[in-house]
Amino acid sequence: MKVDDYLVRRGLRKFKRIRAWAFAAVIWLWQSLSVLAQESPLPQSGSTSDFRWFDTHRWNVFLALVIIFFLIIYFIEKAKQGKNLFVRRIAGLDAIEEAVGRATEMGKPILYVPGIDDMNNIQTVASMIILGNVARMVAQYDTPLIVPLRMPFVLPVAEEAVKQGYMAAGRPDAFQKDNIRFISDEQFAYAAGVNGIMLRERPAANLLLGSFFAESLVLAETGFSTGAIQVAGTANIHQLPFFVVACDYTLIGEELFAASAYLSKEPKLLGALKGSDYAKAIILLALIIGAILMSFNIDWFKNWFFVE
Amino acid sequence: MRKEVPLIITFLAGTFFIADYFIPHSGFSKMAESVNGWTIIVIAFSYILGVANVARVNLDQIQKGSKDKFYKIILLVCLFFMSIAGIVWGIQGGSVFDWFFLNVYYPMQSTMFALLAFYIASAAFRAFRIRSIQAALLAITAVLVMIGRVPVGEAIWKDFSIFSEWIMNVPQLAGKRAILIGAALGAISTGLKVIAGLERTHLGQD
Repeated sequence: MKVDDYLVRRGLRKFKRIRAWAFAAVIWLWQSLSVLAQESPLPQSGSTSDFRWFDTHRWNVFLALVIIFFLIIYFIEKAKQGKNLFVRRIAGLDAIEEAVGRATEMGKPILYVPGIDDMNNIQTVASMIILGNVARMVAQYDTPLIVPLRMPFVLPVAEEAVKQGYMAAGRPDAFQKDNIRFISDEQFAYAAGVNGIMLRERPAANLLLGSFFAESLVLAETGFSTGAIQVAGTANIHQLPFFVVACDYTLIGEELFAASAYLSKEPKLLGALKGSDYAKAIILLALIIGAILMSFNIDWFKNWFFVE
Repeated sequence: MRKEVPLIITFLAGTFFIADYFIPHSGFSKMAESVNGWTIIVIAFSYILGVANVARVNLDQIQKGSKDKFYKIILLVCLFFMSIAGIVWGIQGGSVFDWFFLNVYYPMQSTMFALLAFYIASAAFRAFRIRSIQAALLAITAVLVMIGRVPVGEAIWKDFSIFSEWIMNVPQLAGKRAILIGAALGAISTGLKVIAGLERTHLGQD
């Protein structure tokens, strides 16, 4: 009876929580609609108000988004059905495991730099996802993982990603909160701080994955001088040459976003990766058709892709 | 609920801002601006977390008697001194905060940036060592572009700068755009995966 009572009480608590969330959502929606209702229904002459509910100049972007989304969903379903989806070998991602192994053998820490941008940059989001996978790998070997951060908003996300990685590996006790460090939000102060960690704590592996700017070479060259194995990755094109020169492996553009699927081998994520690959094939086809048509001065196809 | 709530918030926020791109309605845009305002407020509060983290990590090291404890003490003293100076005397031109910023922080930042020149030189030296066909192509192309961009290039061949520009605008740009298209698609795919809740690595295992 006691167990039943407990379950009923727990169920009620859960129900109350869900009801509270639903209530909050309704209030939010109501307030939003009120804001919309406050708008004058008829545009005044010379008014800059806009009352359209869809920007018809952006239909092509909407269509592209829908196609990409359905391709991703389609391949996720395929993957769920057990279809074997081939993903080419990405040396840089294979090297992460190698780097973790090397650091473990040397008894030295691993340095993970998630770029210098905030969470509103999708590269930082991708980097946090990779960080979760790296933390899971690292936890199994009991190697310290140091994560210096530039943006304070990334701090709780990085802490949670690392903690979840350690928990997934069954080693929550090995998680060291002090290794997730906020350095400074000033670009070169941050670079100096990370360089200091590289030179003082001598990590055996440096993983530089995320959005980098002018500090990329300062970090990569310092890491090179310490003899650490370095894996870098960014979608910021102007920083790629610096990483290619100074690091052992570089993830170029899209490879950074493929990392999560590649490392976890989860069918859902592999399906999504395959979907975006097919989207790329469609873009390639459109480029070829566009190039041929433009060679004959036919521009209607090119104009389809114009975004105002 | 630990995972469902963040997933619901991510879904609502993600679809809201995608919708904002396609809905030009003034009321909706106003709402999006207001939500963006919330973001700034949340980010401002996150600085408290940052300062707390710096204080905790460094105080812990000082207490443990780490060999770098003097650096940690300097860091904490500077952190609190600048915070107090900014709060008490303001950050306007001519203030104590401004003086330290211009005379201490600014030169140090310039020094770090200037180091880049030496790092570029050492990285370029390694990059231009011809060890394979690809490295040879890289070195030859780089030399041609460099010569095309200095006056001696035109003295050798009058169209050298045009040739150099062609390398930059055609083969270089084509490669760059290919990477950009791939990266943009990867970004869209990652964004959609996070919004749809397919990507949950950062929330832990199921």
